Amino acid sequence: MADIGMLNTTKAAEEPIHGMIDGPRGARPKRAFSRRNIALYGVLIIVAIYYLLPLYVMIVTSLKTMPEIRIGNVFSLPREITFEPWIKAWAEACTGVNCDGLSRGFWNSVRILIPSVIISISIACISGYTLSKWKFKGSEVFFTILLMGAFIPYQVMLYPVVIILREIGGFMTDIWQGTCGIFTSAEGSCRGRIQLFGSVWGLVLVHTIFGMPILVLLFRNYFSSIPDELFKAARVDGAGFWQILFRIMLPMSLPILVVAIILQVTGIWNDFLFGVVYTRAEQYPMTVQLNNIVNSVQGIKEYNVNMAATMLTGLVPLCIYFVSGKLFVRGIAAGAVKG
Amino acid sequence: MTDHSVQIKDLDLHFGAVKVLQKLNLDIRDGEFLVLLGSSGCGKSTLLNCIAGLLEPTDGQIFIKGENVTWKEPSERGIGMVFQSYALYPQMTVEGNLSFGLKNARVPKDEIRRRVDRAAEILQIEPLLKRKPGALSGGQRQRVAIGRALVRDVDVFLFDEPLSNLDAKLRADLRVELKRLHHQLTNTMIYVTHDQVEAMTLADRIAIMKGGLIMQLDTPDVIYNKPVNKYVADFIGSPSMNFVDGTLSGGTFTAGELTMRTDRYEFASSGGKDGPAIAGIRPEHIVTGELAANAPATMEVKAELVEPMGSDTLVWSRMNGEPFRIRMDGHLPVKDGETLTIGIDPARASLFDTATEERL
Repeated sequence: MADIGMLNTTKAAEEPIHGMIDGPRGARPKRAFSRRNIALYGVLIIVAIYYLLPLYVMIVTSLKTMPEIRIGNVFSLPREITFEPWIKAWAEACTGVNCDGLSRGFWNSVRILIPSVIISISIACISGYTLSKWKFKGSEVFFTILLMGAFIPYQVMLYPVVIILREIGGFMTDIWQGTCGIFTSAEGSCRGRIQLFGSVWGLVLVHTIFGMPILVLLFRNYFSSIPDELFKAARVDGAGFWQILFRIMLPMSLPILVVAIILQVTGIWNDFLFGVVYTRAEQYPMTVQLNNIVNSVQGIKEYNVNMAATMLTGLVPLCIYFVSGKLFVRGIAAGAVKG
Repeated sequence: MTDHSVQIKDLDLHFGAVKVLQKLNLDIRDGEFLVLLGSSGCGKSTLLNCIAGLLEPTDGQIFIKGENVTWKEPSERGIGMVFQSYALYPQMTVEGNLSFGLKNARVPKDEIRRRVDRAAEILQIEPLLKRKPGALSGGQRQRVAIGRALVRDVDVFLFDEPLSNLDAKLRADLRVELKRLHHQLTNTMIYVTHDQVEAMTLADRIAIMKGGLIMQLDTPDVIYNKPVNKYVADFIGSPSMNFVDGTLSGGTFTAGELTMRTDRYEFASSGGKDGPAIAGIRPEHIVTGELAANAPATMEVKAELVEPMGSDTLVWSRMNGEPFRIRMDGHLPVKDGETLTIGIDPARASLFDTATEERL
């Protein structure tokens, strides 16, 4: 039973061919400046310039002094580099009565961001794991309902959420005062009210809930792609719900964790709507404060400070993308496989 | 301790309206190597998952070592399981994989050490202990998967098509190793496969399943030589059995040109009633040439197509218009279109009732 390769060798031995015949041979040559390449790279370069130009203008402007900006050469490099606008934007710019710059907003954002990211990802991870590997009666229906949440516009929910936060705050205050003396004995310790609406924790709650549909989808699909046999093997090995999650599933889910963290960090950091609706002036996140600085109508417009403030606000998501770009792509690809 | 290692009583499993297992009963003796054999979708893996406790049966009971384990967790049943895709924990080393179950069971450290070393020695994977599964070949991975069941000192080993992901040569090697392992450990082993060679070579007994029912449960020898019905007869053996439609009357089976006395045929207890019947003749039980002349039943057929395979030659021909396969010794010369004299021994054939397809 001779295969093709053997036949060819045999044939070659019978009638040897000397030398090569003229004509195409080996790999086909490629030209560097083909029409296709010029079109492709040309378009890519133009698009890149289109997107990078505003960034260039912002950086350049933020490093100029006001007199130099007034000359009007938007694209020119600064003649004299100054970091004064950056310092002013961070520590001195005024919004309303506060004149401590963006730093207050930055720390507010951090205080909102960290608990929101941790809580939302933890809950979504456990839910996704349950919905993919510990299916219960009606789990698919539950998942479908959860997914529908992703399609309801935020504007519709703004006011109902205000009421819900207010009512939850009131309810928790009732419990707090009702159980007075059971948990605390200090005099006057139960006189305070629990305020969810208009507080950082209210906003954390809102971010956690609104992040749920997309995050649960992400985790559920990722865990679905982990073979069931692995899960069965762990059960035969005596691992329970939490052990399988922490010892088997989570060590395999770094890519999807990175995706979830990036989505949540950038989403929450860039959020403006919830920040402006559910918090007060003292707790405004950075985006809201930036808006207040840039859009203030009093005094002269300090373009360099505005540019610096915008750059400062955008720095966190920018860093996240730079650090984790590769992992992000890998995670997105991994999570997109199964539905 | 009872003589029975695993007992399954009236096991039912339905997924909605689909009945995967129906009133299934099975007794597996201590130390037995039982193979569940069937085409895909026959419920063999489902049955194994039920025994392991990974699937909840709709009804029925499962006993392991005389204890009712129907409601127990997989880890409490005294079973170890080996999966087709190995299912090794990718982020743990081989050692971590082997000891994971023991750590969950809070076995003392030096005991874990001792058991892992013993398993590694038996399976010859000592040099691999510090490696991750990703750095192992398929055969090595499957050994580690077997080791994971081995360290837990279980009564019953469950294998879910463990060799299906390996290439042909490795499969043959590991098959022999599994058999050797069974001789060495003398544990009860339940093995699911769709490969009849694995089933025939490994099993003490084979359970042939179809549509959630066990068709026949017996030794490989009986299953091969005395299949209880046409399905089993067709399923076992490669190339598969020839079936000839005919009639049985007064102890003679006639089908067209073929006439066979059934004096030497062992009828089942139901006896050989007269009426329509099917004769099942294995291609390898047909003799040719000089031997054919002495056979109890002879006839002439034309070789339509010849497939030489080295050790033997498969000849495709026709009997009463139906395709008919004959397996001949590889060194006997046959050409396409040649007329052959074939001989059939009724003692080695099987007769089935045409209506019920049960063995006569």
